[in-house]
Amino acid sequence: MTNEKEFKVTAIKDGTVIDHVPSKQLFKVIEILGLENYANQITFGMNLESKKLGNKAIIKIADLFFEDDDINRIALIAPQAKLNIIRNYKVVEKRSVTIPEIITGIAKCVNPHCITNHQPVETRFLAQSSDNGLLLTCCYCEKTTDSQTLRIITKEES
Amino acid sequence: MMKSLISIHDFSKDEMLYVLQRAAEFEKNPSQSLLAGKVVGSIFFEPSTRTRLSFETAANRLGARVVGFSDVKNTSVSKGETLKDTIKMVANYVDLIVLRHPLEGSARYAAEVANVPVVNAGDGANQHPSQTLLDLYSIQKTQGRLDNIHITMVGDLKYGRTVHSLLQALSLFNARFKFIAPPELQMPAEYKTYLRGKGLAFEEHTDLIRNIGDADILYMTRVQQERFQDPIEYEKVKNSYSLKKSMLAKAKPTMKILHPLPRVNEIDAGVDDTPHAYYFEQARNGMFTRMAIIAYLLQGAR
Repeated sequence: MTNEKEFKVTAIKDGTVIDHVPSKQLFKVIEILGLENYANQITFGMNLESKKLGNKAIIKIADLFFEDDDINRIALIAPQAKLNIIRNYKVVEKRSVTIPEIITGIAKCVNPHCITNHQPVETRFLAQSSDNGLLLTCCYCEKTTDSQTLRIITKEES
Repeated sequence: MMKSLISIHDFSKDEMLYVLQRAAEFEKNPSQSLLAGKVVGSIFFEPSTRTRLSFETAANRLGARVVGFSDVKNTSVSKGETLKDTIKMVANYVDLIVLRHPLEGSARYAAEVANVPVVNAGDGANQHPSQTLLDLYSIQKTQGRLDNIHITMVGDLKYGRTVHSLLQALSLFNARFKFIAPPELQMPAEYKTYLRGKGLAFEEHTDLIRNIGDADILYMTRVQQERFQDPIEYEKVKNSYSLKKSMLAKAKPTMKILHPLPRVNEIDAGVDDTPHAYYFEQARNGMFTRMAIIAYLLQGAR
């Protein structure tokens, strides 16, 4: 029997399925990837059952294949997300997102006095995981941005 | 990339010790034309007469010439030029840039876009590494060592970048710390976590007078009125963290008082003529330390 859950959101012929997105991050992920600007057929579902997350969201985008850079953007807020690359209704590739050690141009520095918030300087952080979640240390002002203060630069802004 | 000095972390312990050793040589012989024919760019986006004079004198004593500005009003910066463009332009002309800029991280960015070494002379509240090295030089000179120093840091420990950088540097030398600050201005948790991680002892107190006796170094900082929401709180704190001659009765004979200057009322003028006062010599040491930094960045270790 085919997995029943798969049918809750329309299947696509070619494109990308982003699975295992935490439900509460769904709209953030959409914003970060700038999906509202695409003409592609996009379907999404949220509050779906998930063994891993308890509750997940899923996004299906027809005829669109992402660059690693775009996907790393969402790694910061949806680290367990999985990408399924679909060709002719079949999953031809599965990719997990990984948080890179150095994060360039994805997050904003929390420090209002940081040069990156005043001049056209691309942000760069050293990523470290801690007991309190992800910590990003700015390579410029040396201040630390945590998951509470994290703001992702959307594709539009970058 | 060229070696720059942006943050105290850019120098290893060995490099710090090397710079201190060179500074001692320059103190013995303060005019050495090692850098004749070189040009140092001194670009100050905000006024800092003390630091600027110290760096520019250091460059002059090494035989280098100095160009630059100390006020952005008459430059293209006031027309909206980015820091990148200013740095690229100045880097075309000079062999080394000394930069003071109000934005944090500006010096690191400048070092990335310049093809000459950059010395950070203060980037907002972030780093001011030459101050840290001159503090180390003053400690070594007055105590004859850097290891196992008992240092009492007093005043604004929350916002004071000099105490944060000095704490990090002294942590390489097994120092023991006492932090004396009003509740509003205590040492931030991240630095205490840092010390715990290194297994270094520290104590926190709000009372100054009872914590002078065991100190080798009393590091005073300015408590600024704008840090307080309640002006009455400031008035109270201002007086309790002001050092007076009578408070030094129990101090070790070798204890020295350091202060990054300018001081306002945190050290009473009566302290100046005690053998403990060292802040003016400390500023003089800054010139030798900056000579050593500039010489090291342009010529490497000899």
